[in-house]
Amino acid sequence: MIPSTLEYTKATSLDEALAAVKAGARPLAGGMSLMPMMRLRLAAPGAVVDLGGVPELVGICEDGDEIAVGAMTTHRSVANDPLIREHCHVVAQAAAGVGSMTIRNRGTIGGSLAHADPHGDLPAAILAAGGAVIVRGSGGERRIDVGDLITSYLTTSLAEDELITQVRLPKGAGQSAYAKFHRRAIDWSIIGVGVSIGADGVRAAATGVGDHPTRLAGFESVLNGGGSLEDAIAKAGEGLSPLGDLDGSTEYKLHLVGVLAGQAHAEASGR
Amino acid sequence: MGQTITVTVNGTAHTAEVEQRTLLVHFLRETLNLTGTHIGCDTSTCGCCTVHLDGETVLSCSLLAVQADGSAVRTVEGLEQNGELHPIQRAFYENHGLQCGFCTPGMMMSALGVIEQHPDASDDEIREALEGNLCRCTGYQNIVAAVRSAADEMARN
Amino acid sequence: MATTERLTSGGVGEAVLRKEDRKFVTGEGRYVDDLKLPGMLHAAFVRSSFGHAKINSIDASAALAMPGVHAVLTNATLPVETGVLSASNPGGDVRHPEQAILAKEFARYVGEPVAMVIADDRYLARDAADAVQVDYDPVPVVVDAEKALEPGAPLVHAEYDSNLVKTLAHVTDGFADALAKAPKKISLRVVNQRVTPMPMETRGCIGDWSNSTGEVTLYTSTQVAHFVRTFVSIVCGTSEAKVRVVTPDVGGGFGAKLNTYREEFAVCAASKVVGRPVKWIEDRTENAVATIHGRDQVQYYEAGVDENGKILALKFDAVQNNGAYNQLLTPSISHLTLFMVPGCYDIQDVSITIRQVFTNTTPTDAYRGAGRPEATHGIERLMDAIADDLGIDAAEVRRRNFIKADQFPYASATGLSYDSGDYHETLEVALELSEYAGFEERRAEAAKRGKYRGIGLSTYVEVCGLAPSAVTAALGIGAPGWEHSTVRLHPTGKATVITGTSPHGQGHATSWSQITQTELGIPFDDVEVIHGDTAFQPYGLGTYGSRSLAVGGIALYRSLGKVREKARELAAHLLECSIDDLEWTGTSWQVKGSPDRAKTIQELAYAGWTSASLPEGIEPVLEATTFHDPPNFTFPFGTHVCEVEIDQATGRVEVVNYTAVDDCGNVINPMIVDGQVHGGIIQGLGQALFEETVYSDDGHMLTPTLVEYLVPSAADVPPMTLHRTTTPSPSNPMGVKGIGEAGTIAASSAIVNAAVDALSVIGVRHLEMPMQPARIWNVMQEAKS
Repeated sequence: MIPSTLEYTKATSLDEALAAVKAGARPLAGGMSLMPMMRLRLAAPGAVVDLGGVPELVGICEDGDEIAVGAMTTHRSVANDPLIREHCHVVAQAAAGVGSMTIRNRGTIGGSLAHADPHGDLPAAILAAGGAVIVRGSGGERRIDVGDLITSYLTTSLAEDELITQVRLPKGAGQSAYAKFHRRAIDWSIIGVGVSIGADGVRAAATGVGDHPTRLAGFESVLNGGGSLEDAIAKAGEGLSPLGDLDGSTEYKLHLVGVLAGQAHAEASGR
Repeated sequence: MGQTITVTVNGTAHTAEVEQRTLLVHFLRETLNLTGTHIGCDTSTCGCCTVHLDGETVLSCSLLAVQADGSAVRTVEGLEQNGELHPIQRAFYENHGLQCGFCTPGMMMSALGVIEQHPDASDDEIREALEGNLCRCTGYQNIVAAVRSAADEMARN
Repeated sequence: MATTERLTSGGVGEAVLRKEDRKFVTGEGRYVDDLKLPGMLHAAFVRSSFGHAKINSIDASAALAMPGVHAVLTNATLPVETGVLSASNPGGDVRHPEQAILAKEFARYVGEPVAMVIADDRYLARDAADAVQVDYDPVPVVVDAEKALEPGAPLVHAEYDSNLVKTLAHVTDGFADALAKAPKKISLRVVNQRVTPMPMETRGCIGDWSNSTGEVTLYTSTQVAHFVRTFVSIVCGTSEAKVRVVTPDVGGGFGAKLNTYREEFAVCAASKVVGRPVKWIEDRTENAVATIHGRDQVQYYEAGVDENGKILALKFDAVQNNGAYNQLLTPSISHLTLFMVPGCYDIQDVSITIRQVFTNTTPTDAYRGAGRPEATHGIERLMDAIADDLGIDAAEVRRRNFIKADQFPYASATGLSYDSGDYHETLEVALELSEYAGFEERRAEAAKRGKYRGIGLSTYVEVCGLAPSAVTAALGIGAPGWEHSTVRLHPTGKATVITGTSPHGQGHATSWSQITQTELGIPFDDVEVIHGDTAFQPYGLGTYGSRSLAVGGIALYRSLGKVREKARELAAHLLECSIDDLEWTGTSWQVKGSPDRAKTIQELAYAGWTSASLPEGIEPVLEATTFHDPPNFTFPFGTHVCEVEIDQATGRVEVVNYTAVDDCGNVINPMIVDGQVHGGIIQGLGQALFEETVYSDDGHMLTPTLVEYLVPSAADVPPMTLHRTTTPSPSNPMGVKGIGEAGTIAASSAIVNAAVDALSVIGVRHLEMPMQPARIWNVMQEAKS
């Protein structure tokens, strides 16, 4: 299929990009989710602004006790970056598993968060790590915890004129891992779970369990209260109700949450 | 809306006016008549349309032609040099890595990306790395053998 | 047999690399979407978004107002004489409702074409199609074939009193008695789910109608160019002699392109309207609803067995979902199931009933194996169920039921004559190669890793080489089963081979060249093979049903023989000897024992062309044509052994070992045969583990893209170990059988049997496909509770 008619501009600076977004253009990052939706005509933005030419949106650097990742940094770069692999492993691991090699060459960390697919891996991994995003709009710049960013199906708390400019990953999430379950290698995760064992205790978050990535409160509270991993796994799905579909029933998905939380925790513990 | 773009394809610069919504794959196929790059799905799943953009594999059906303005694209037509098949082409031929041939250009372009990123990939790693390219004919066994053989050949040279 | 040395040219039996490959690896293949004709316009279809709806009105005004839109055609305005015609009427009295080229009054499945837009380019055509407003009134829908047979079910076609298409029935005289006397009865219900062929190239076509001459050329991605030509002439109302169908390179078929489709007729008729060529290329999302599906058969087995597991009588009742209409061969597909119900087992008393049903779904038709995978999957599941019930090893129960090597030719209970076979041999070789005897150790080792490990067998036989024409006629198929070939030698000694088969990945150019080299001594590289263009062939039946070699290859073999014999008469004349004094060296005719008195085939080709001196009664030119009608089908067979591991935590089934021992008679090119087996197995694996075409109860397609319809990738499938035994077919002079479908026919049951075996430790007796993790996990939970 073929996209509907659209007007395309390529921003060469963040200000240009913000101006275009304010004027109503849909931001186009790697396009790995948006383009298929446009081809299927599930999305038909009248205008898109390509963020691929904005230099300040790309790159990874250390900034105090955080790693600053430009929103347009590709999954491939995130997956291969030594800093992220060392200090925020869960995110590197999740990025390494997104789509196919070719999709990882193009798809971006900011695009994954802004697209807010309920089966996306990056949002859950970043939530497990305790990351945040820096967004900018006509009201200036603000910081949003990833847990407050994605609000429902394909929906974020960004204002219409705001763009994610940077993802902030904590450096204290080195002892972490991401485990996912999907049918074919290339498929979206049915369920994915990130676990980070940090100074403040265990953080865990899952994708595929609802319309947004969700902390596994039951799992965390058992482990942070000194309980066993086995008990934590049993409580991993507490409060969650993923919808049953062709990939499995609610019950099966809740079971997977426990299995994957256990796997991710075991792997994280071994790091 | 129309836009004039210049894209260097297989070493030759092409300037053309395209509708802004034109997909890169249609620009290659319809405007430049480079029909070796194929379209197999609507959802970035099959990999038939894989080409190299500035040295990296991309899905040309998930990219607008205008996004490639000023870039260098390599397609299957650019693999053969001076009448000599590229090692990846020879390997697919010598290992019976194709049947109907439809997925083959995208498969070879992806395989080159795999070899570049993982020259020493094991067979299992080759399979993992080709997860984004579907073939309905071969059952993949001879494709994996072809990629293995091309990787070895390219490592020697 | 991957170790066979590969050659760049050669004769019969050698692993010769494919001469067709160079264009494909350089991007110079020419598929239909690669063709551009001067003045060509583009079509897009408006398709029903309802499973069943009355079409009240179609408003095309907004579309027609768009600059660059040339026409919007509907049932009322598309100039055709009739709807899509089926060639299949097994047993007579098959209900064939009208399938208008564009829907008339009612749309009966999601994706049924309702209107057609013609525009300057494909982008605009899509925009305009989206602008066409269709006013529908949805009416009740039925998608499940068994539900469609229930009293009060919504009627797919209101002109009939039920959704029944046709009941196929076959009962042997002794059946009732044999079943009654059997000491034990074993029953099994098996669902062979709906799947979609999904060739990587979707369908597409270009119609080019000349209003000045009345000639029409159709370029189409098809397996059956001549069928399409015949039907285009009837549907579009023109002389068959004015229709040319050209098959460019075809990017996979698997049965999806063994058909004549509405769009093929529509682009011809539309071209007539606009006076310019009209191209249509199917999107993948269209392909999921507009191209035929396969399988969708629910089976009920009841076997009467003795205490040793020998089947004494077999009852088979099935419901086949035909979809909303009958396509080219739809009613015949489950007839092939009927044929193969007994499989490779000596079962002489059967009762078979297959009810074919209309539903509000895309029509089903031939998908790789076409009716035979359904039969094989079911009987192979049944054999395991019998073994399980009686506590007999799965291999042993098969040995006890096999048709024995000395029983061939074997008259089956369904009326076939199996040509040759040695089922025990492939089984024993496969058991050896797969280390079947040592399996229990591997099961125990896997259990320590949290995996259930199982091993499964499929011992299959299939019916190939479609088909003797007397049989197709008796089966109610309005088409023959012979095949054509022409061999033409040029003055320079090169050869053109024209074949009625129509390859789309099978490598006929290579195999046919090998046969030509061996039989006529023309070097491999000097042979050109032409196929798939009705302008070049008297008629060709095409490529499907593993028929190309067993029928088309024999047609070629016979033409080569005719040319060789004509060359012999010419050689005798030129060498001034009797034809009985000559011997064939492989490349020349020579006087016996006198290598200096010889004429090469190239010299004879030249002499035949110059005609300077021809023997009495011999026409100029070395050329021969054959229409070969096979005396019988062929019956390839084999044993596949699969090992799986099932993750106890998630239910994921992984194939960890796969061994295939196939017997397709004599082999022309072992490399190509292996490739067919590889691909076939993975398609069977796809059905066993991943693929299912799913409709919601209200008729919506839930698997419309490759995101939901899970064609496996390299990362999802195992490497395979192949081996062959060779039992030549006595039905043809080359002793060949066919291999295109064997892998698919065998694989699904081997994999499911392995998974059932894996879970047998927790009491599981049966599993349905696809064995996705969620399904397996549910089964494990139920078994444990």
